[in-house]
Amino acid sequence: MSFRVYVPCDAAALAVGADTVARAIETRIAARRLDARVVRNGSRGMFWLEPLVEVETPLGRVAYGPVVPEAVDSLFEANFLEGRAHRLCLGRTEEIPYLKNQERLTFARCGVTDPLSLSDYIAHDGFRGLRRALQMTPAAIVEEVANSGLRGRGGAGFPTGVKWRTVLNAPSDQKYIVCNADEGDSGTYADRMIMEGDPFVLIEGMTIAGLAVGATMGYIYIRSEYPHAFRAMQRAVEIAQAQGYLGSNVCGSGRSFDLDVRLGAGAYICGEETSLLESLEGKRGQIRPKPPLPALQGLFGKPTVVNNVISLATVPVILDKGAEYYRDFGMGKSRGTLTIQLAGNIKYGGLVEKAFGLTLRQAVYDFGGGTATGRPLRAVQVGGPLGAYFPESLLDTPLDYEAFAALKGLVGHGGIVVFDDSVDLAQQARFAMEFCAVESCGKCTPCRIGSTRGVEVIDRIIAGRDRSQNLQLLDDLCELMLEGSLCALGGLTPYPVQSAIKYFPEDFSKPAVMPTQAASSQETQPWR
Amino acid sequence: MTGAQTWDAGKAQATIDRLARLPGALLPILHALQEEFGYVDRAAIPLIAQALNISKAEVHGAITFYHDFRHSPPGRHTLKICRAEACQSMGCGKIVAHVENRLGVKLGQTTQDGSFSVEQVFCLGLCALSPAVMLDGKPYGRVTAELADSLIDGARRRM
Repeated sequence: MSFRVYVPCDAAALAVGADTVARAIETRIAARRLDARVVRNGSRGMFWLEPLVEVETPLGRVAYGPVVPEAVDSLFEANFLEGRAHRLCLGRTEEIPYLKNQERLTFARCGVTDPLSLSDYIAHDGFRGLRRALQMTPAAIVEEVANSGLRGRGGAGFPTGVKWRTVLNAPSDQKYIVCNADEGDSGTYADRMIMEGDPFVLIEGMTIAGLAVGATMGYIYIRSEYPHAFRAMQRAVEIAQAQGYLGSNVCGSGRSFDLDVRLGAGAYICGEETSLLESLEGKRGQIRPKPPLPALQGLFGKPTVVNNVISLATVPVILDKGAEYYRDFGMGKSRGTLTIQLAGNIKYGGLVEKAFGLTLRQAVYDFGGGTATGRPLRAVQVGGPLGAYFPESLLDTPLDYEAFAALKGLVGHGGIVVFDDSVDLAQQARFAMEFCAVESCGKCTPCRIGSTRGVEVIDRIIAGRDRSQNLQLLDDLCELMLEGSLCALGGLTPYPVQSAIKYFPEDFSKPAVMPTQAASSQETQPWR
Repeated sequence: MTGAQTWDAGKAQATIDRLARLPGALLPILHALQEEFGYVDRAAIPLIAQALNISKAEVHGAITFYHDFRHSPPGRHTLKICRAEACQSMGCGKIVAHVENRLGVKLGQTTQDGSFSVEQVFCLGLCALSPAVMLDGKPYGRVTAELADSLIDGARRRM
């Protein structure tokens, strides 16, 4: 019998030595002349166990982890190829509680298959959604997605079906599907994981979107900080083109849809959809005022669907299993599953795909196991650098778009960054303004100037100068940015700042610290 | 290691011509030039402007807008250190200070001997394994000062 060993090629697995482990296993296989081969799969998303090595057994996949190269010899001696006992053995992968307690719809294949094997993809239900869509009218596909309740997973939560309907009904000789893979929020990596671990699902989702709205061309805009995802998507597109899943005759249907993969250039603002479109057109990534909506005048002035990676990667399962199946997960107006990403100071960091409605506490403690340092949790930031800082007392908030909005917070892209009690929320508030200043596109004044003034005001507060006046000034500035900015960067930067002041006021009244001490690395020019 | 060649107008022109007909060709061209030469030389600006039929100001504007594009050759090795929130929560500030101290540069600078460029980056998507860095395109998670030292030493031995 031929053995199969799985060692992830996900960038996070590589970051803790997966390549070295894979080579060590391959060397032993060759030296022992074993009938076995190493498959490089995506990650299961349990990063504290990476590199997570799996073997195929008659009883299912058995996992070992975290595997260091030094442990490889003993794994062979324990006959791990047959799933035998070893101190690193975690039992059957599917039975690991962290994984077993999830509802993996979008991520059903991630970590299971060889990301670039079309036959693997098809053997695991791939292209079933597309095959069904090819039998449907465009309007019926749009209604299926609308009925599923899917909302934009990039952060804004706009109903995907409504967006698609607008593009479908916009008359034009050319329309586009644009995938926003500029996943810049700290604490998020779901887009990266799916592009590296199951790239064909994104291709399938975009093709369905093209059929639904009458677009024949799509672009995937991937941030340059994700070189592995970029290469995986490029190769997957080439394979899909060669095998007739993309191009002028999709699956022999006579319908046309093709894709191009483009690389961003290190600008956070290009995650904002209009800025992303400018960038794709070859311009500075400055945002465009809305209206006109991109759905009507988007890429090169044509009607364009701009959706996040996870939104598009969720479309195939909706088309395959039906809108009701997907809609039955979730709570309130947040239907389906959220790909929660546990990050930062967390013991069991990883990807948790769960129906909406899980509380922050369940995510951070039941899955995440609390802080990595073992110190008390003091704050969580949900939804990236524009998301609010919540204290321990708000951990019973359910992960639901409306529940977070009511607290002036964001679910965003589902990233949760945990901080222990060593965090200084005044410094975090300062960073929020600093980040906005570095990443502002410069188009509107509240964001471009307000963020720089925000850093200065917070520095004065930290330094103990006229604190109550400066706190008042900071609040005024935040309200101005909220109301007066053109897009979410300037418009939401106040969320982390105001929440830090509201929930952690003691951090803004500590003995004075001179700003130079906190700000040493800010003297450099990030733009060189 | 960038493996970059010295600036060559002829080669640059060939690269530009190869990509100029793509829709929205400017970013692909700038990436290709940077891949080839390690940075985008000022001399490329009129060539690109001519090929794409846009103004030199527009090309210059795009080059300076994006953090990625360099205006001068980088060091032989590029170390990117994540400074975003998830890495902050695990003490990336100490890694930054350690590396700055060890190499005698600030973020955004290149060592005098041209061996290392050190850059800040906002998120490598390795947020469950913070703090994270990327050395010459290879990712590393759970970085300690000791690991940073061994990465620097290892890169030095390779050059």
